[in-house]
Amino acid sequence: MNEYTILEERKDQIHRTGEGALDMACNRESLAGAVSQRACVFCGSRVVLYPIADALHLVHGPIGCAVYTWDIRGALSSGPELHRLSFSTDLQETDVIFGGEKKLEAALDELIDRHSPKAAFVYSTCIVGIIGDDLEAVCRKMSEKKGIPVLPVMSEGFKGSKREGYLAACKAMFKLVGTEETSDISPLSVNILGDFNLAGEIWIIREYFRKMGVEVVANITGDGRVKDIGRSHGAALNLVQCSGATLDLAKMMKEEYGTPFMRVSYLGIEDMADSLYQVADFFKDVDPDIVKRTEDLVRDELSKLMPELARMRKDLEGKKVAMYVGGSFKAFSLLKAFRHLGMKVVMVGSQTGTKEDYAELERISDPGTILVDDANPLELSAFIKEKDVDIFVGGVKERPIAFKMGVGFCDHNHERKEALEGFVGMLNFAREIHASAMSPVWNFVPRRAKKQI
Amino acid sequence: MTTKSKNYTSTTNACKLCTPLGASLAFRGVEGSVPFLHGSQGCATYMRRYVISHFREPVDIASSALGEKHAVYGGGPNLKKGILNVMKKYEPKIVGVATTCLTETIGDDVPMYLNEFHKEFGDLDLPDIVQVSTPSYNGTHMDGWHGAVRSMVEQLCTEKAENDGHVNILPNLVSCEDVRHLFDICEDFGLKATILPDISETLDGPALEDYMKIPVGGTPVEEIKKMSGAAATIELGRCVPTKSGGTSLEERFGVTNHRIGLPMGIRECDKLFETLETISGKEMPARYQRERGRLIDAYVDGHKYIFGKRAVVYGEEDLVTGLCAFLAEIGVDVILAGSGAKKKGMAEAITAVTEGVGRTTPEIHEGVDFHDIAERAGGLKPDLLIGHSKGYRYAKAWNIPLIRVGFPVHDRFGGQRIPTLGYKGTQYLFDLIVNAMLEKKQADNPVGYGYM
Ligand code: SF4
Ligand code: SF4
Repeated sequence: MNEYTILEERKDQIHRTGEGALDMACNRESLAGAVSQRACVFCGSRVVLYPIADALHLVHGPIGCAVYTWDIRGALSSGPELHRLSFSTDLQETDVIFGGEKKLEAALDELIDRHSPKAAFVYSTCIVGIIGDDLEAVCRKMSEKKGIPVLPVMSEGFKGSKREGYLAACKAMFKLVGTEETSDISPLSVNILGDFNLAGEIWIIREYFRKMGVEVVANITGDGRVKDIGRSHGAALNLVQCSGATLDLAKMMKEEYGTPFMRVSYLGIEDMADSLYQVADFFKDVDPDIVKRTEDLVRDELSKLMPELARMRKDLEGKKVAMYVGGSFKAFSLLKAFRHLGMKVVMVGSQTGTKEDYAELERISDPGTILVDDANPLELSAFIKEKDVDIFVGGVKERPIAFKMGVGFCDHNHERKEALEGFVGMLNFAREIHASAMSPVWNFVPRRAKKQI
Repeated sequence: MTTKSKNYTSTTNACKLCTPLGASLAFRGVEGSVPFLHGSQGCATYMRRYVISHFREPVDIASSALGEKHAVYGGGPNLKKGILNVMKKYEPKIVGVATTCLTETIGDDVPMYLNEFHKEFGDLDLPDIVQVSTPSYNGTHMDGWHGAVRSMVEQLCTEKAENDGHVNILPNLVSCEDVRHLFDICEDFGLKATILPDISETLDGPALEDYMKIPVGGTPVEEIKKMSGAAATIELGRCVPTKSGGTSLEERFGVTNHRIGLPMGIRECDKLFETLETISGKEMPARYQRERGRLIDAYVDGHKYIFGKRAVVYGEEDLVTGLCAFLAEIGVDVILAGSGAKKKGMAEAITAVTEGVGRTTPEIHEGVDFHDIAERAGGLKPDLLIGHSKGYRYAKAWNIPLIRVGFPVHDRFGGQRIPTLGYKGTQYLFDLIVNAMLEKKQADNPVGYGYM
């Protein structure tokens, strides 16, 4: 690899499985000039809260922050769709000079009257942190005036990375928890945390729980409703998915209401089934039949899925995969899912992995796998080349890198439009991978065309 | 002219993007250049993501990745470190530094930092560094675009070059395909063109064997330095700021600046070709005469399908103006023209380009968002919407076609290749509009015509 590709300061954020002890430097500020693929605190908050569909989401700041997050993630709602609009205070020079509180207040006044939301989230951006608007005071005042919760989200972009944004979002949501009646909730009940209902995924998962006889009290936050979050403390169990975007909320609820939580994943066959079994196990003392119901469900789903997977596996066997994801928890599931397809994962990267995450990745990945934290385009392209990758899994910013180099791609981030969760999601996932890897177009890309000669 | 129909405080579904995004796009169109945003990491990442969805090309925008302490103590050190890292990794010929809201608000003095940078690292082989001030609370992405173009002209072209007869073209924010077309036109006139910026390859490049750190193509820095020696400058856009790249070359080096509208529609295209005739001393090449003739022929063949249709047009001020010029010619009534930009003279420009041809005077709204546009336009019962992808949800709600042009087009494929300029681009748009109307008619008709 070109030595210039990796900056000295980034060397301890890259590791090869099996080559020496793992001591990954992570959760570090992105390096200036390194063209990080990471976003900001605001982005973290926005991702988490955005799918609450009956709340108003007002971005307090200049226009860009709001525009770039306008309905980019396709979190679906079964009812209201307020979340799909982009609201902003669009700060102007005078606001920057004289402060934006008045404008914020007027904007809230106007928008709450226009849309009658069940709550309002007000996101702070970099500039607001600098001009020092008292968001909390304005929100308090407007809560009283409008009779709905108006919640400040302290998400100034420069105050850390996405992770801090998750925490800010959880803090804001936690203020809603415990505000509604819970007496009619079943003892077999859960909250779904950390799923964003991309392409309707939460509906797939809810259906599994319905079949198992488990009530879902609140979706947090995909297809979310303010009222459900208000009564979510009445659920018997919190299920926290993936990257831990909502892990902080689960911790707060445990502390305050004693709600236990468990980490789950709905991606891939193994993790999906395992998650359902864990839930069944949790409730088996209350309802012993649940275990049987769950087994039936899984068997049923797998019998539909397996023959199709086997067909695709024939084509995909031995192909090489690289992935770059937001949260590393997702990478665990994907790694296993790829094994089911007979594929070999040769690089795993994440924007926000922790030391423990990378240790786990090192444990489950094959020797020689490249692990990387907070990568950038030049590194990613160098790894793709070095490992001669066939398929790359990532997000919008990674896609053109892969395509430019003639490598198949699967969009597995918040912008995906195909449901990839659950058993049916595994099938969709396999189909997408298959469609990309097996396309004849690769015969023509310069990198491959040359090889065939 | 009307501005906002009601004065809302809040913005809902903005019809503009932020200033540094425009600057980054313009910087992307220079050979060997890396756009660099001085601010926190989020802005650069968001903009990359946004730009990529339109162009489907790698778009590396560096950031000084300011954190909390830099926001308090100033971003100078990170700016310098960032540029050094970019130099190490990308080996750029030029770095285009644009500020963001954050660094403008904390009052970072970028020219001073860059001065210090040159002193501290003068012994290294430094790239050219151009900087532009782009606070978003003061404008839109178009201000960023024009600002970056002007900064490049002023900061790179500082000496009078010998007149070599070439022509400068400042094309405005148009598609990659449009830039390629402009090159072809100039070539057919026997003119060598310096087009600044030239995104034709840098944002729409071929498949490659290897990842290019910086995409091939773009206006060579050497050529920018020689813009002072051009026979003339053609600046496209009737809403370009009074002080622009073109006026700067005119003032400083006496390079005649021809400011004309975006060549859309017969009359505005004719202006471009007349200007080129003047500059080159040659007649319009035959192929363009034929293109023009074919376009008029198509106008005639298709006129009945679209006459009197009511259109809402929105987007960048100059694109909207160009579209109005074109639509007026074909009998489509623009009932509302909207832009997120303010005080760019769009109303005057539209009046000028539709005068004597347009059947109606459109409502013209500056500084509007989609909520404003929808509130007005909903009652006006439009038959079609013309603009970028962001109008989709309104088109869907009103059950009318959306003709996608401009930036961003991220719910369709090939946004970077949509032709809009010249007789050829106009032809493409014309066909698109007629077919959209035919399709609508077919879809709404219970029988369905199979023969038109
Ligand atoms: S802070 Fe300013 S520059 Fe950054 S995204 Fe927001 S509007 Fe754009
Ligand atoms: S201004 Fe701050 S909050 Fe907005 S996108 Fe940029 S980094 Fe994020």
